Amino acid sequence: MIEIRNINKTFGDRQVVKNVSFTFKQGKTNLIIGESGCGKTTILKLMVGLHKVDSGEVLYDGKNFPKLNGNEQQDIRKKIGMLFQGGALFDSQTLEENVSFPLDMFTELSKEEKQERVNFCLQRVKLEGKNKLYPAELSGGMKKRAALARAIANSPRYLFCDEPNSGLDPKTSIIIDTLIKDLTEEFNITTVIITHDMNSVMEIGENIMFVYQGKNWWTGDKTEILDTENKELFDFVFASEFMKTFFKKH
Amino acid sequence: MNPFFHIGRYFLLMFKAFKKPQNIRVYIRQIIYEIDTIGISSLTIVAIISIFMGGIITIQSAYSIDSPLVPLYVVGFTARESIILEFSPTVVCLILAGKVGSNIASEIGSMRITEQIDALEIMGINSASYLIFPKIAAALIIFPFLIALSMFLGIAGGYVMGVSSGACSSYEYIYGIQTFFQPWKLIYSFTKVLVFAYIITSVSSYYGYNTSGGALEVGKSSTNAVVYSSILILLFSLILTFLFINR
Repeated sequence: MIEIRNINKTFGDRQVVKNVSFTFKQGKTNLIIGESGCGKTTILKLMVGLHKVDSGEVLYDGKNFPKLNGNEQQDIRKKIGMLFQGGALFDSQTLEENVSFPLDMFTELSKEEKQERVNFCLQRVKLEGKNKLYPAELSGGMKKRAALARAIANSPRYLFCDEPNSGLDPKTSIIIDTLIKDLTEEFNITTVIITHDMNSVMEIGENIMFVYQGKNWWTGDKTEILDTENKELFDFVFASEFMKTFFKKH
Repeated sequence: MNPFFHIGRYFLLMFKAFKKPQNIRVYIRQIIYEIDTIGISSLTIVAIISIFMGGIITIQSAYSIDSPLVPLYVVGFTARESIILEFSPTVVCLILAGKVGSNIASEIGSMRITEQIDALEIMGINSASYLIFPKIAAALIIFPFLIALSMFLGIAGGYVMGVSSGACSSYEYIYGIQTFFQPWKLIYSFTKVLVFAYIITSVSSYYGYNTSGGALEVGKSSTNAVVYSSILILLFSLILTFLFINR
């Protein structure tokens, strides 16, 4: 479980994150949603330590991450898997080498055991047989799946996904979403997903935080979201006039 | 931006880069990979430039000697001195600053803007150490060999072009390159090479690592890496020359 308590972040004279608190549940797909520029990615970067919090706590199973020393932070980071928006696969390495990378760095597994784990991860994201391809040879959806394979290679306890569906068609998006949800349940991972894709919200939104102007504006799950009376959330969910009219009719 | 800001940030990055490696086997593999990328792939350009420059230095020296009182073996002597003292260690390293430096800055810069460095950090890997240390180590290992090759090919190129153009005879050239040889000059040259290898890789890595923005900024980092590496090479060449001459 990950808990954030009253976190704040200011860049220059602009406060991007304002006193945000939320609990990300283990074994569930936890979503941070909101319009572009509302502070979602900053919250995620504060959680994984890519930015430092100005104040507040980020608790990984009770341990306050920003207050830990370098070695203790690294121990937690070894339990984190992250799926970046663009995949962030290492260009100079094949798919197999990319997935094997965290295993090479942090485990004492034999070559055969690593190969077995790599094949398992690639098969799990339906990329079996693509071991020797380079990232440049993959489509957008395949890159995301490959990055997901790398993220789960070291059996993470926490999985972070930064807009896993950006740039993908709705069908491929659903495949990625389903994959993340299945992996979350299968390995009992605490998964945090940033998205503004409503298909994703409706597909896998088990525990949702809606961020508006840097604040935690609304929390709930996908069933509650449709009945919301929160104006900002309603405007976000039903952004187009067509959707608003359609929803009111039904 | 304040130069002290860059100097401070450079030393902080180097401090991070020289921390204890997290997995020695992976680092050794990276060093071997970098030896190939930085060194072996530079062999052709170093060889071509050295042969031609050796030839040019020899022919120009020969035609600059007008007086019959100056023996022609001086051509070989001049070629050797120019190549060993300045051409191979300094000029070839300036060329390598262009080739290797821009390559390192753009590689690390691209990794920065495509979040690959963030990915390393989140995995719990010291990204500065993993990316920069193997490049510096590889350059320190392979540059002396490249420069030794450059010296050999430069002198050989001088021989072939000097003799074939009739600028001097084979005997005079060979006698010239053996005359008044002082071994400390090789120590001086290779000390310079090691310093320059470190400058090229560390300065280029610094600019690449601190890239922010997009493709345009990667290009700027690459240019800055070459410009500042070249300036520092010339500055340290001067400092080392003073130190060795006044020893």
